[in-house]
Amino acid sequence: MNFFIPPQLKRLALAFAIFISAFLIVRHFLVPETFGQYGFYRGASLEEIGQTPMKYAGQKACLDCHQDIDDLKQQDVHSEISCETCHGPGQKHSENGDTTLLELHVSRESCGICHSKNAAKQKNAIFQVDLLEHNTQKNCIECHNPHQPWNMKE
Amino acid sequence: MDPHTLHLYEMLSKAQGYIFPNELDLQWGILIVVYPFITGLVAGAFILASLERVFNVRELKPTYQIALLTALSFLLVATMPLISHLSQPQRAYEIMITPHSSSAMAIFGFVYLWYLMVVLLLEIWFDYRESMVVWSKEKKGIMKWVYRILTLGLSDISHETVRWDKKLGYLVTIIGIPSAFILHGYVGFIFGSIKANPWWSTPLMPIIFLFSAMVSGIALVMFIYMAVSHFRKQPVELKVLDTIGRYLFFILILDFTLEGLDQIHRIYESDESFEIIKLLVAGKLYLTLFISQGLFGTIIPLIILAFLQFYKRAISIRKTLYLLVSILALIGVYSMRWNVVIGGQLFSKSYSGFTSFKLGLIGLDGTLMAAFWLLLPFGILGFLLWLLPPWKMVEGKE
Amino acid sequence: MEHERVKPSRRKFLKTAATVAGTAIGIKLLASSRYLLFAAEPKDETLPWYGIVFDIEKCIGCGKCAKSCKIENDVPREPFYFRTWVEQYTVKNDGSVDIISPNGGIDGFEQRVPDGEIFKSYFVPKMCNHCSKSPCIQVCPVGATFDSPEGIVLIDEKYCIGCRYCVQACPYGCRFIHPEKKVASKCTLCYHRLKKNLDPVCIEVCPTGARMYGNLRDPNSKLVKFLKEHTTQVLRPHLNTGSKLYYNALRMEVK
Repeated sequence: MNFFIPPQLKRLALAFAIFISAFLIVRHFLVPETFGQYGFYRGASLEEIGQTPMKYAGQKACLDCHQDIDDLKQQDVHSEISCETCHGPGQKHSENGDTTLLELHVSRESCGICHSKNAAKQKNAIFQVDLLEHNTQKNCIECHNPHQPWNMKE
Repeated sequence: MDPHTLHLYEMLSKAQGYIFPNELDLQWGILIVVYPFITGLVAGAFILASLERVFNVRELKPTYQIALLTALSFLLVATMPLISHLSQPQRAYEIMITPHSSSAMAIFGFVYLWYLMVVLLLEIWFDYRESMVVWSKEKKGIMKWVYRILTLGLSDISHETVRWDKKLGYLVTIIGIPSAFILHGYVGFIFGSIKANPWWSTPLMPIIFLFSAMVSGIALVMFIYMAVSHFRKQPVELKVLDTIGRYLFFILILDFTLEGLDQIHRIYESDESFEIIKLLVAGKLYLTLFISQGLFGTIIPLIILAFLQFYKRAISIRKTLYLLVSILALIGVYSMRWNVVIGGQLFSKSYSGFTSFKLGLIGLDGTLMAAFWLLLPFGILGFLLWLLPPWKMVEGKE
Repeated sequence: MEHERVKPSRRKFLKTAATVAGTAIGIKLLASSRYLLFAAEPKDETLPWYGIVFDIEKCIGCGKCAKSCKIENDVPREPFYFRTWVEQYTVKNDGSVDIISPNGGIDGFEQRVPDGEIFKSYFVPKMCNHCSKSPCIQVCPVGATFDSPEGIVLIDEKYCIGCRYCVQACPYGCRFIHPEKKVASKCTLCYHRLKKNLDPVCIEVCPTGARMYGNLRDPNSKLVKFLKEHTTQVLRPHLNTGSKLYYNALRMEVK
């Protein structure tokens, strides 16, 4: 049987073959090595994301040196609260205790962020105080030890 | 404070109701309005050209090459608004090497390549090949080589081979019609498949995009035909305009019906998202939707075209009216893209608030950039018409 | 010009080759179609499959979660970029709902509506839902966002092209474009901490235990026990995102 290929098609087939081969070759060099390792993504990025430096140390790290404070805390209502919730990020400090100490909150506003009265705070979630009425001339920590709030100082 | 942050604070003060904190800034701006507009023009112009070729609409013959070259000019520019909009444009090649098969956007690279190389370039090549061979023999100097390269070094213009040109060109056109539908339909699907956004999520979206694309493409060819004739100081054949106008009229009716259906359905079902969308349409989108897209872009062209179907006298007015219609239809379709893209981002996914959009002038995502990408194809078209003049083609034997 | 004839034996070879190639391609395409269809299948059975619970009954809107997240993950401090944030809902007696999230809740909240007008009021923390059938992964054109073998949705910042399709596709509004890195960014469930057996920061610093996370595969985990004992829901369930962030005491006003 005859199988006639018109000359244009032959020329075009050649041009397309060159183009597609060039594309596949270039693609081979461009696709990142670890792509497709675990799924449709660059496998190396899992490790890269895992290397993000930490700013918060996590509660356990504080206990290495400050177990005494935690002993106090465990006896009162703030027992479940992590140190860094009030004191801020502690990774740097946990690596070198002599460097920047952490924040020490001393104002009515800082306690108020959690404890100020707000209708949206569910009653059983936290003890609420009307900051406009409760001992307005004093700082909270004058009476309450933040690590043992019901152990009143007076 | 850098200007962008200042701008964001300004927008924050203008936010209404409640929006999610990350939603303040619009993600897709004017360049993403321009992109579907451009691919729509490509698809529409190509479909018009295909009408002549496949359905033998003789009156459109003078517009055949113009429509194809217009489609090519716009297609060559089509990727640019997308690339200049990416925040990492130098990584744009990744779409070609690792396209994620579940993403409609990833299809873009290959559909674009397919359409550019296998459909548009091939169809133009088959149509012009005989003329290019003749020109390569007639011209001297560098132009001789340009045409020789364009013919891929093939100088055979025997009767048999030219017959194959026509057969293959016909085949490519047939393949081209569904390819054009996919080239622009997938853009509609990009929006239509986003279940998170109720303004976009509808199965009608690809169809609406396609029909409005056809409106814009046909209107563009009408406009360019008149412009090219004007520059060449040639008379405009009214028969051609009447035929294009008739197709524009019917497609515009279909487009209007589809868009109307989308809205009626939305209003009737009135689901969870309807309250915020009602506010959107009556408020921030009122001008661009009802006035620009609806009144100027659809109703007035429909009235004029309907009038021109029945009233066949006064030649000079007809030409002016067709010119007006083509420009209005183009503005209307552009507004439609605006309403879809920008409109969908103005309301919050909380369904409880709105943000605002301020169009910048300069910068990669600004008006000047968008205008540049819209005007560049006209420049390319001018060059292509000089390189491959349809009126100087060698008349092949039928 | 001569017509070329293809020899019969060569033609037979070409036909066979084409059939074999075609079948191979067909099988490959079918195999890779799992990218097109969505399944919530955790792959490696030995790894944890992380889920999260937010207890609306316990959230007090202190904003420590949002604040510590920004510090830990170097999120720009301006009020336009949040990996996690807290919303305050106030349902008034007339049925209207007032929702606010000033600076994502980082500075706490003040009550705006007087007690007498309030029908119900509560806080809702928000964050990436780490969906198992994530629409954001589905639409990423290059494979820059993906789920880790533990079920955490992550972003490859070196590969993202910044097309913003994922931001559009997320129904929960948890993604943003980082203004300096110029790539998509969102909650990673502190993947870098999980790898060191530490808790995500937002969960660590929450003073009331409103935020919990754990292994959905472990029937003895605190998380699974909580899910068993409480009635929980996900946001936008009709969108079928396979969200793994379960809310306790979620009300219908919350989108």
